[in-house]
Amino acid sequence: MFQVRIHGRGGQGVVTAAEMLSVAAFDEGRHAQAFPSFGSERMGAPVVAFCRIDDKEIRLREPIMEPDAIIIQDPTLLHQVDVFAGLKKDGFILINTSKTFDQLGLGDFIRDWRHERLCTVPAMDLALKHVGRPVPNVPLLGGFAAVAGVLQLESVIKAIKERFSGKVADGNVAAAREAYAIVKAEMEAAMHGEAHHA
Amino acid sequence: MLKQTEGSHAVAEAVALCRPEVICAYPISPQTHIVEGLGEMVKSGDLKDCEFINVESEFAAMSVAIGSSATGARTYTATASQGLLFMVEAVYNASGLGLPIVMTVANRAIGAPINIWNDHSDSLSQRDCGWIQLFAETNQEALDLHIQAFKLAEELSLPVMVCMDGFILTHAYERVDIPTQEQVDAFLPPYEPRQVLDPAEPVSIGAMVGPEAFMEVRYLAHAKQMQALERIPQMAEEFKTVFGRAIGGLTHSYRTDDAETIVIAMGSVLGTIKDVVDEMRDAGEKIGVLGITSFRPFPIAAVAAALKNCKRFVVLEKSLAVGSGGIVATDVRMAVTGMGLKGYTVVAGLGGRAITKKSLHALFAKAGRGELEPVTFLDLDWQVVNRQLERERQTRRSGPAAESMLRDVGTVASKIA
Amino acid sequence: MSLQPVKFYQTGTFTVGNRLLAPEERSVQANMQRTNSLNSGHRACQGCGEALGARYAIDAAMNATNRQLIAANATGCLEVFSTPYPETSWQIPWIHSLFGNAAAVATGIAAAIKVKKQKGQGGDVRVVAQGGDGGTTDIGFGCLSGMFERNDDVLYICYDNGGYMNTGVQRSSATPPAARTATTMPLGPEPGNVFGQGKFVPAIAMAHEIPYVATATVADLRDLEYKVTKAMGIRGARYIHILVPCPLGWGTASHDTIRMARLAKETGIFPVFEAEYGEVKSVLAIRRPLPVEEYLRPQKRYAHLFGKSPAVATIARIQALADKNIRKYRLQARQGGH
Repeated sequence: MFQVRIHGRGGQGVVTAAEMLSVAAFDEGRHAQAFPSFGSERMGAPVVAFCRIDDKEIRLREPIMEPDAIIIQDPTLLHQVDVFAGLKKDGFILINTSKTFDQLGLGDFIRDWRHERLCTVPAMDLALKHVGRPVPNVPLLGGFAAVAGVLQLESVIKAIKERFSGKVADGNVAAAREAYAIVKAEMEAAMHGEAHHA
Repeated sequence: MLKQTEGSHAVAEAVALCRPEVICAYPISPQTHIVEGLGEMVKSGDLKDCEFINVESEFAAMSVAIGSSATGARTYTATASQGLLFMVEAVYNASGLGLPIVMTVANRAIGAPINIWNDHSDSLSQRDCGWIQLFAETNQEALDLHIQAFKLAEELSLPVMVCMDGFILTHAYERVDIPTQEQVDAFLPPYEPRQVLDPAEPVSIGAMVGPEAFMEVRYLAHAKQMQALERIPQMAEEFKTVFGRAIGGLTHSYRTDDAETIVIAMGSVLGTIKDVVDEMRDAGEKIGVLGITSFRPFPIAAVAAALKNCKRFVVLEKSLAVGSGGIVATDVRMAVTGMGLKGYTVVAGLGGRAITKKSLHALFAKAGRGELEPVTFLDLDWQVVNRQLERERQTRRSGPAAESMLRDVGTVASKIA
Repeated sequence: MSLQPVKFYQTGTFTVGNRLLAPEERSVQANMQRTNSLNSGHRACQGCGEALGARYAIDAAMNATNRQLIAANATGCLEVFSTPYPETSWQIPWIHSLFGNAAAVATGIAAAIKVKKQKGQGGDVRVVAQGGDGGTTDIGFGCLSGMFERNDDVLYICYDNGGYMNTGVQRSSATPPAARTATTMPLGPEPGNVFGQGKFVPAIAMAHEIPYVATATVADLRDLEYKVTKAMGIRGARYIHILVPCPLGWGTASHDTIRMARLAKETGIFPVFEAEYGEVKSVLAIRRPLPVEEYLRPQKRYAHLFGKSPAVATIARIQALADKNIRKYRLQARQGGH
């Protein structure tokens, strides 16, 4: 079972992101479960959503306490919520930012981790560029497909087209593709020992 | 057809396939997505020959349902928690009048303090009202039970409550198999009422009944539920024939045959329990789980049969009879009276408190060692409770208890679960 | 042929009027083929205004709908005395659910009828919801407003006797000021029901701007039948509020029920009018307004206002309310009348 936890704020499409991950997994013929952790519903409040992916029926219903991957849609949460709680050793981290891990103050934290699994992507910029809306969730999914390798990019794109239509769908697909490419390049660079760059 | 969709939406699609004629609902979390989905289907014309009424309260919702069902229309509504309580007078009225209304209860805690998260206190508060109560473990079961519910309700002339965990099931995206219209039509015939308001054959429905006949009338409701005990397993078989899935029935057993410890529970937590049971079995523990699907009528014989050979049972319930202990546990104990079993009540998950594998492992291990108290409150923060009790001992004007305790708990927003 | 308008000034029974009219112009009650929807054998008190009003109204409704009618009834006197287990007086399909939900039950019935008709499984059946003032102005108020707001195709009839009579004469929000009830006893500085409370639901119904609102009394059979018939010719939410004196609760003689209703109208205490979409369209005019004392004196529930030292100020306050009604609803007949 592969477990993803997504952190963000209300209004950033965190719940939609988890749902779309589950649809992408479904499109690949796998089982997936996506659900939010509810707090008081308001824009800007910290929100967590979860997605489990497996090849057999998923019966577990607890919140994801030990994720294999963490997606952080809003880096302002980094020092407010314990977003990395329970993250498995050698887990995947994807952060929506144009900064590096060092610049975010996480340099020490990730020192002994596998750096090709820790990526950043300026998803907000990509969303504004391709879709014209400041909603970073979909580009992040493209990045996730790259870093975690647990879903195909094409499945993510199929899920995007099922959820959105018209220009919004096209824009999101383009943003997801670009995010995928950016993260892939980051991973290459990390595996060749260079420092992270946006 | 296989779909990856939200539980609420799956239920809405299932209800729509049942060809409801009147849907009336008042919004309350976490049922809203179900009726929103149905409302959209009616408005767009996808769901034809159906009146969708936006009522002004849950009491109105059940009342409109009563009028509609009494006029011979297949009627549906949904609610949760506070909404269920607000309509209680009408809930009893519906079952007393024998009207086959189907209602989804998206299980949610009851306030005060106000809480929107899942537990079973709402439907269990109505366990004696005469409605049949079915609890779904997964979204597949939730959608399928609605189809069975209409058939069961209309056959017996008794309303049916389909209970599904609020948020945990209603708002979870998972894979479901949505039946075809042909399959549902093959299973669920048009509604033929036992009594109906019809100018061609006038009847008076709802007359007062005095001491001379009330006991008999009431017993009849009980008798119908006894009939349901027979009908529910049969219906599960019939359902399997048409839809190819084993859904419904009174109870589900998982690895209970040679189990020394049997855990009993209802709803979505059964999934988590099954994962724990598998892990414990791998480690050599003889443990199994009994899921109760039909809580009313309570399957006394089936529960007794399932527990026949075990040494001990643990009832894990998302409910609390304040001042007494467990609710489900009490009914289970009634079923196993005289069987010499050791039983434990565990109250867990109230108000949406997460029930984790970690906690369950420790809990079941303790049960196995015979170290559990008769009643356990799973993962209760005794420090917070005791601090509050002390506060109240010290000062008269100790303020709202919930507020003080929340301050002790700290910033909620920074927590995952 | 010239038409000659004929005015009837009734001081007693209706028989004079009926004999002079062509059969088709007679009241529904005069017709031997009337439904008698609330059949004899019910357990109402002698002189019950509600039993009278219900029979008048439902017979008129049945007549107007070719007997295609279903009734939803709130808990109360009417429901209790008409269905003493194991018998029923009702000749029509009838359902009693709860105290506060008659309007909502009726909404449900109307919805079911609509769907059945659409599917070709049923005819054009109409719905009436009925209840007393308690079940309408108090506990049933939320459901009533909801039904109005949605403009559901229901005629709601409120039989107003100014109190919860079935449970022993307790005060409702329709109980008039100064009236004695079991919960507004004639004691203390303000004996009887207090001034400054209460609600007049016909005005609230008008505020919902529903197609038709009317008030009526059991003193004017033809007016009541006309209003019910008219209402049944309209689709959407309709409300008729009928004053029905209760001999027991009001402390009046059982043979005075109709006379008391007439006095309520003639003093201006109970305005009789019709409104459409929130605007008053017609009134039953008062030729010569009577002083409220004539209405209050015969009722034991106002006995504490009379006697050795009459409560002159209180009676004046009641008079002022009646005068306000006359002014507000323009009840004073002009020359030529209504």
